[in-house]
Amino acid sequence: MSQLVFDPSKVMNIDYTLRTEYLEGLEAIKAAHKVLKEITYTPSLPDKGYTNRTLYVNVGTLEIKEKPVTQQMKDVFIGGRGFGLYHLWNAVKPTTRWNDPENEIIISPGPVAGITQYAGTGKSLVVSLSPQTDIPIDSNVGGFYGPLLKFSGFDALELQGKSDKDIILFIDGVKGIIRIEEAPTDPVDSHVLAEILTHMYAENEADLPNISVVSTGAAAEHSLIGMLNFSFYDRRRKCVRFKQAGRGGIGTVFRNKRIRALVVRGPKVAGDLNHPADPETIAKTGIKYHKEIRENDPHQCMMRRNGTAHIVEIMDAYDLLPVHNFQFGSHPDVHKIDSSYWQQRCTQVTSDGCWYGCSMACAKGADGLTVRTGPYKGHLVSVDGPEYENAAGLGSNCGVFDPDALLELNFYCDTYGICTITYGTLTAFVMECYQRGILNLERTGGLDMTWGNAEADLEMMHQMARGEGFGKIAGLGVKKMKEHFIKNGWGDPQLINDIGMENKGLEYSQYMSKESLAQQGGYALTNKGPQHDEAWLIFMDMVNKQLPTFEDKAEALYYFPLFRTWFGLNGFCKLPWNDVVPADNASQPEPQKVPEHVQNYVDLFTATTGIKITKEDLITQSAKVYNFQRVFNIRMGKGLRLHDAAPYRSLGPVTKEEYESRAERYDKQIVDEMGLDPAGKSTEEKMALHREWRTGRFSKLMDSVYTRRGWTLDGVPTLDRLKELGLDAFPEVVEVVKQHL
Amino acid sequence: MIVVNEEPLDWHEGMTVRDVLRARNYRFPMLVIHIGDTLVPKKDYDTTTVPDGVVMKVIHLISGG
Repeated sequence: MSQLVFDPSKVMNIDYTLRTEYLEGLEAIKAAHKVLKEITYTPSLPDKGYTNRTLYVNVGTLEIKEKPVTQQMKDVFIGGRGFGLYHLWNAVKPTTRWNDPENEIIISPGPVAGITQYAGTGKSLVVSLSPQTDIPIDSNVGGFYGPLLKFSGFDALELQGKSDKDIILFIDGVKGIIRIEEAPTDPVDSHVLAEILTHMYAENEADLPNISVVSTGAAAEHSLIGMLNFSFYDRRRKCVRFKQAGRGGIGTVFRNKRIRALVVRGPKVAGDLNHPADPETIAKTGIKYHKEIRENDPHQCMMRRNGTAHIVEIMDAYDLLPVHNFQFGSHPDVHKIDSSYWQQRCTQVTSDGCWYGCSMACAKGADGLTVRTGPYKGHLVSVDGPEYENAAGLGSNCGVFDPDALLELNFYCDTYGICTITYGTLTAFVMECYQRGILNLERTGGLDMTWGNAEADLEMMHQMARGEGFGKIAGLGVKKMKEHFIKNGWGDPQLINDIGMENKGLEYSQYMSKESLAQQGGYALTNKGPQHDEAWLIFMDMVNKQLPTFEDKAEALYYFPLFRTWFGLNGFCKLPWNDVVPADNASQPEPQKVPEHVQNYVDLFTATTGIKITKEDLITQSAKVYNFQRVFNIRMGKGLRLHDAAPYRSLGPVTKEEYESRAERYDKQIVDEMGLDPAGKSTEEKMALHREWRTGRFSKLMDSVYTRRGWTLDGVPTLDRLKELGLDAFPEVVEVVKQHL
Repeated sequence: MIVVNEEPLDWHEGMTVRDVLRARNYRFPMLVIHIGDTLVPKKDYDTTTVPDGVVMKVIHLISGG
């Protein structure tokens, strides 16, 4: 074990206030705006975390109305992701697809969101029917929009319908105005658009931090993997920055509705706007936590210094860093993109929180990047991150170890509105297909997609943004690329399916799961698809050996997905939960759960809402929403056992190179786990033994997990489970389930 | 020989907890370490010696995401 030491003398001398500005055309753009609809309303602040109303906007019919938040909504769905799923269920039919007008995008921050006394409390959840999966997607995002929406008077925003012209929805939570404007000449890409709109809607310089913009970019118009940027104004850098609602293509839905941007102007943020029931407990809990960050973070993960990129070298050391499309878990060049580099390259003289009061402040920024390619060639830009997922996905997984190229990929993903995780995984798939002859120069239209070729990688991204060439095909995502390649007879269908890292249509995030059966379930047995925000069990399972039995793994795959769902109901960020821990955490029972922090969350919820809960209640709250979402998936024609199937690359070695690179490990497993002798067997024979063993145990894991979750072996929540959770109060939910029992 | 997280590891005289971490390339900074049933505080990793034949648990707290 070695703790990275921060050496301030090595930090690059970069002026973080310098960047290309885009305000020159602001007045002309503003003059071209045309008001399509404007209403007035009475702004209000939350009471005990809730404003008790939501805002519905149909961008096609221009209908704008308020809806009440009922007690049942609060009791069953809490807020955030729960409110999003509730509204979406009521908006769509089983036949609705992502590009139908009735599909919605719902943004909801949750009752605790917006407090400023604790770390990681500015999150919103965005929910929609995904163009990639055809089921609900939920994406957890920072930035100011969600809290400012709530402080403008709304617990959620529902967007429905399709406009026939580009529009901006402006909510002025100070003056009480909601306006839909036609925006015919606004720029497309986020880093330009959000800067202009922030200055356009702020009344003066002091008002800039009260504006937040939700936008996407050019690629969202031509791909299925578009994401949403949620802005926050960085007072020190004096610029607009972003956090992303990345997964599942919600940005694509946004542009399909012809929404150019959402803008909110909220009141000046103060510590008491959420009007909690018990502000003293919130303050006390926050002070305790901030002290912990100050004292412990420098000796633990160094989140304040390095952000999530601190685990690049950790994942590499444990053979968990995805390299070359998840074939391998480490690479000798990783030192070029690990946190020892990023702490020199990222600006270190400023605090980097994405919401007020976040002492973890992990939203690092790399300033002073001169862009080398594409429409912004020569521009000087600031890049948010890179976070771990970006360094791993855009970097090691594609063999890109040039940090400036990685930053440029990160920059373009953000401004074009592309999910970095998805882009990393789909590009890694393209590169492996290129390596194996499934793709070639002719099929890619001249793109040499060799591992590490950042120039071709960037050009594919530019094509995606222009809706041209092979980039347009890549923008369909891994699942549809697989179908396209197989249909064209470009390679062995089994190989293509084995190496295409998607489940339910969503690309895997950036961790190797081959040696952790629990994590294989943590990815595949999810509601929305393989994102690590349900459960990250690799250390518990693979390294600590804490989950030796199927029942142990199933228990972890019961508790952790429910625990982490709760963050998304209330407006929390996951990172403050366990990226720093109390000094005495090691002596606590179940230290991996960080019991003191779980109690903090219980206290914060109770202190905000006035509703007394326990740690057990927290899990029950999540279970209601989690099971509702599972039934929602079933309602949409998915959500059964067959839809939880995992690509074999996530379970074991697909190719000879993979096997032989870790032959000692795999041979030992043949002896220890299968009771066989590998001697005299060819690599192909040993791979076949592994496939049988690994797919068999994954199937057994499914049985165990479904049983623990109260589901049938086909993955359907039982009527008893629905009743236990009170979901039998919704006849439609019961009817969906009955058809599958 | 000692056992660390269910796997055997060669032992040597004077072996410290830090030596075990180096041998296993355990680089994650948030660990909970027990020798037998005894918790080893982080500040003592360099000075705590590991007796031959013991069972050690090196619990890595959850990270990722």
